[in-house]
Amino acid sequence: MEFDTIAAISTPMGEGAIAIVRLSGDEAFTIADRVYRSGGKQLQSVPSHTIHYGHIVDPKTDETIEEVMVSVMKGPKTFTREDVVEINCHGGVVSVNRVLQLLLREGARLAEPGEFTKRAFLNGRIDLSQAEAVMDLIRAKTDRAMNVAMNQMQGRLSRLVQSLRQEILEILAQVEVNIDYPEYDDVEEMTLTMMMEKSQYVRDEVEKLLKTSEQGKILREGLSTVIIGRPNVGKSSLLNSLVQENKAIVTDIPGTTRDVIEEYVNVRGVPLKLVDTAGIRETEDIVERIGVERSRQVLKEADLILLVLNHGEELSDEDRRLFEAVTGMDVIVIVNKTDLAQEIDLEEVKQLSGDHKLVTTSLLKEQGVDELEEAIASLFFDGSVDLGDGTYVSNSRHIALLHQALQAIEEAIQGAEMGMPVDMVQIDLRRTWEILGEMIGDTVQESLIDQLFSQFCLGK
Amino acid sequence: MVKKFEAGNYDVIVIGAGHAGVEAGLASARMGAKTLMLTINLDMVAFMPCNPSVGGPAKGIVVREIDALGGQMGRTIDQTHIQMRMLNTGKGPAVRALRAQADKVLYQQMMKETIENEPNMTLLQGMVEELIIEEGECHGVITNTGATFRAKTTIITAGTFLRGEVIIGDLKYSSGPNNQQPSIGLADHMRDLGFDVVRFKTGTPPRVNSSTIDYTKTEIQPGDETPRAFSYETTEFITDQLPCWLTYTNAETHQIIDDNLHRSAMYSGMIKGTGPRYCPSIEDKVVRFNDKPRHQIFLEPEGRNTKEVYVQGLSTSLPEDVQQQILSTIPGLENAQMMRSGYAIEYDAMVPTQLWPTLETKKIRNLYTAGQINGTSGYEEAAGQGLMAGINAARRAFNKEEVILSRSDAYIGVLIDDLVTKGTNEPYRLLTSRAEYRLLLRHDNADLRLTDVGHEIGLISDERYSRFNAKKDMIDAEINRLKEVIIKPNEATQSLLEEAGSSALKDGIRGTDLLRRPEITYNHIKALIPAETELPGDVEEQVEIQVKYEGYIEKSLQQVDKLKKMENKKIPEGIDYDAITGLASEARQKLREVQPLSIAQASRISGVNPADISILLVYIEQGKIAKVSG
Ligand SMILES: Cc1cc2nc3c(=O)[nH]c(=O)nc-3n(C[C@H](O)[C@H](O)[C@H](O)COP(=O)(O)OP(=O)(O)OC[C@H]3O[C@@H](n4cnc5c(N)ncnc54)[C@H](O)[C@@H]3O)c2cc1C
Ligand SMILES: Nc1nc2c(ncn2[C@@H]2O[C@H](COP(=O)(O)OP(=O)(O)OP(=O)(O)O)[C@@H](O)[C@H]2O)c(=O)[nH]1
Ligand SMILES: [Mg+2]
Repeated sequence: MEFDTIAAISTPMGEGAIAIVRLSGDEAFTIADRVYRSGGKQLQSVPSHTIHYGHIVDPKTDETIEEVMVSVMKGPKTFTREDVVEINCHGGVVSVNRVLQLLLREGARLAEPGEFTKRAFLNGRIDLSQAEAVMDLIRAKTDRAMNVAMNQMQGRLSRLVQSLRQEILEILAQVEVNIDYPEYDDVEEMTLTMMMEKSQYVRDEVEKLLKTSEQGKILREGLSTVIIGRPNVGKSSLLNSLVQENKAIVTDIPGTTRDVIEEYVNVRGVPLKLVDTAGIRETEDIVERIGVERSRQVLKEADLILLVLNHGEELSDEDRRLFEAVTGMDVIVIVNKTDLAQEIDLEEVKQLSGDHKLVTTSLLKEQGVDELEEAIASLFFDGSVDLGDGTYVSNSRHIALLHQALQAIEEAIQGAEMGMPVDMVQIDLRRTWEILGEMIGDTVQESLIDQLFSQFCLGK
Repeated sequence: MVKKFEAGNYDVIVIGAGHAGVEAGLASARMGAKTLMLTINLDMVAFMPCNPSVGGPAKGIVVREIDALGGQMGRTIDQTHIQMRMLNTGKGPAVRALRAQADKVLYQQMMKETIENEPNMTLLQGMVEELIIEEGECHGVITNTGATFRAKTTIITAGTFLRGEVIIGDLKYSSGPNNQQPSIGLADHMRDLGFDVVRFKTGTPPRVNSSTIDYTKTEIQPGDETPRAFSYETTEFITDQLPCWLTYTNAETHQIIDDNLHRSAMYSGMIKGTGPRYCPSIEDKVVRFNDKPRHQIFLEPEGRNTKEVYVQGLSTSLPEDVQQQILSTIPGLENAQMMRSGYAIEYDAMVPTQLWPTLETKKIRNLYTAGQINGTSGYEEAAGQGLMAGINAARRAFNKEEVILSRSDAYIGVLIDDLVTKGTNEPYRLLTSRAEYRLLLRHDNADLRLTDVGHEIGLISDERYSRFNAKKDMIDAEINRLKEVIIKPNEATQSLLEEAGSSALKDGIRGTDLLRRPEITYNHIKALIPAETELPGDVEEQVEIQVKYEGYIEKSLQQVDKLKKMENKKIPEGIDYDAITGLASEARQKLREVQPLSIAQASRISGVNPADISILLVYIEQGKIAKVSG
């Protein structure tokens, strides 16, 4: 919706280690003030278009996360014509991600691709000629993201969220029945104690999930994603185009060795640390060149492999050996250079790929990158990445929603502790249910009413 | 062929004198419009074909809203009930609701008398067969006797009469409710005009003779001792109340139903219409919840001067002999004499997405529909719609702006928005869970929410309005006082707190903060720091609720803020959805059908997703730019 406050990391290209977290919307100042500390200074009361020094502090733990410079710009003289806050961070990928996370927890929503531009348009900043482009952008990006959310959110996290929602729904339905059919004595009266018990259970589960995200290395570092492929297939081009598509680059940290380039991008809410195995001499076999030990190491640490092939050349033994080297891992196979006449045997590629996703691209013609992003996102969109040591919630959007759900459920518990009437406590419980529903793309109100009539026998 | 003749000119014609019709007609006449109300049978004005009861959760709040807007239902039931109860008193204020058992006949008489005494009103018996439609506008109606009435606007409130069919077991015949004449000509006419029609179904239980009931085998359900009223105008309360009675079905009852299921119209396939899930017949309940050993049966007197008792919980379409057998298994009803059998009725309803939120049809200008014809069920739902249709039809006749209640204003707003935005695939009943802002839509604050509107449109008198404003001022003043007064931890305070089971004070505390403690009521506060003059009970109640639940109310208000922003983004009239590239085809089709007025409404349509809303917004902006630059 265009009616809330959005946030994203938006780093101007080529500005080295500085990353900016941008907030735009009615509540930009209030949200920023919740995490900004500088004496008693309030960003909502400083003059517009000024810059302020201070710290970003987690209001829950009082932990200082980052030393920052904050620009405060009041609408309408801003890019989006809304109130805008830009938080300039210096501390690199780790803290920038945490600042963003914090803002999302405090009520901002993760911006969708192109959303700042869209707002600029909606608020009259951009002229007619750009309108069509904006509409295309929205259709392409939002729809795909939605589809991913709807169709592909399966797996552990989704099941967990669904079962939590069902637990809540049953309480809600019972409360509703007590309200709408007070004279029916065969429906047990929902008590505060029962609500409290259920709420605490839900809270504990949500907390557990959040812990995984906070402890998980993913948010700190991103999912380690290694691009491999024979020389010249387009690995570096792939890295560049992913980076350009997603202006949410955090920073580029020079690799420890000259031959590895790492870039941080956020693809549809999935933070990636892209590793390009560049600079390998043309003539040598990659696996051999890196050395058995080292290649094993790089590959072992990878959470995701992007294996690139050339559409314009026949499959070589080297390609086949790459497939062998990555068996058992999360792999997306990319057949690049589809603009060139086909030499590759696609049947064999399919066979080698097995269960892995297969995407075709022409990076030169800028084709297929969307599909690739979709494949990446869908692989991780259920938010749970099994890193061998447990399930992690990895998607920024999901983490933000879990935080909101936690807050709502805590308010429900507080209300119950204070002895508020059941139907008041229910308000927060219902909010929790709705927020969790957003995670899995399901917020249909009818389901409550359906539950009501299937669970209980009501009528005149 | 009956000869047609000119029979008169009016501002507004209301077809029907059911619960929707009477509110529509009275509102229109009271707003100064010359109004004609036509009904099939003049003895059946405001007839209650089903339970003799008004109000209940959500519905009771609608009655309060109707009253705050200047409608009639609350006033009449206040004078004609046999019992009233406040429900959900053990819960929060948002879900409290009043329910009255009506003296059915008296309710009809009083309502008819009120209509007859209304200066701008003509009440007439007559069966409308067709509408006068010219160039997509409605100009009046023609009855089966040929009488031709012309009017600026027309409202149809035909209830369950359109091609009504009554079903009792294997018996099926063409009829309106209670063996009244069905309305077939008008039903066919509506189809001919191209309206989308669905077939719905509802049912009613048998009535038994009170003298043949053994009440000793049942539990008594008395009314409240505290005098209650729906209307803010009621000053005299009925104290002499009649009780209702509670009994249960049992295994024997269920066995009989099981044995005779094949004879139930519901299961034999005789009934094709969609029935409401919330009013299942007894055979439905027994089949779907067969693990339940018993179901509640409430015995409700239909009035003071009749022996008829309504058997709530036994709605059925089983044959008459089976109904009698069922009754004889129920404690207290072993020898009950059935005076009327229960029956089901099928009827035509209009698909409500064909309406604007004013309840005017999109297809035909100046034609409105309200009540059960729009796919709802229930007297209160009908009355709420009737009132809004009456208001809008009268205002159209005077070329005044339309009046639409938002979901955050009233249950009536929720009801109408649900109907015209989402449609319904079963007879629609209001439930508190349908209202996302139900904490704001309370029984106690209906006047605070809606009296301004009622006064503005001319249905609330200046006298009542100034009383209302005085009340509002008193509430504000008292809340402000409590915010400032510090209650000191002296002996009187501590002992009162102890008595109330509340912890002792360490420091002075603001009145409002103390009132927020769950165990503290306004009465405690009053004992400690009395107001200068004793405040009226409803003022005290408001103060208590507004202070106690401020946190929750505040949260709801924030959500409403968001809603309002989206409501303020209007969608231009006549927007061409086909011209908007990028809309998903399902969304396009739904938008074309519903023609939402605002982005808020559009976003509530199922099948319209956030991407479509974004594109719609961009398109609307684009249009604006194009207008400015071109
Ligand atoms: C058998 C039965 C069971 C029901 N059960 C329930 C229930 O369990 N719960 C519940 O909430 N509600 C129930 N209802 C519904 C409730 O009675 C209605 O929702 C409510 O009465 C509708 O009010 P209305 O004004 O829309 O229509 P009605 O009260 O039906 O009034 C219709 C009016 O239109 C007039 N009319 C119709 N056609 C014409 C015409 N061509 N010309 C002139 N006048 C015309 C009629 O004379 C009548 O005055 C039941 C109704 C029936 C019949
Ligand atoms: N025709 C065509 N050329 C492409 C495409 N993608 C990349 N190229 C070109 O292929 C060449 C190699 O691209 P790189 O991205 O450097 O390939 P690489 O795999 O990183 O190569 P090394 O780092 O040398 O291993 C460049 O000239 C690119 O412009 C494509 O889709 N079609
Ligand atoms: Mg390279």
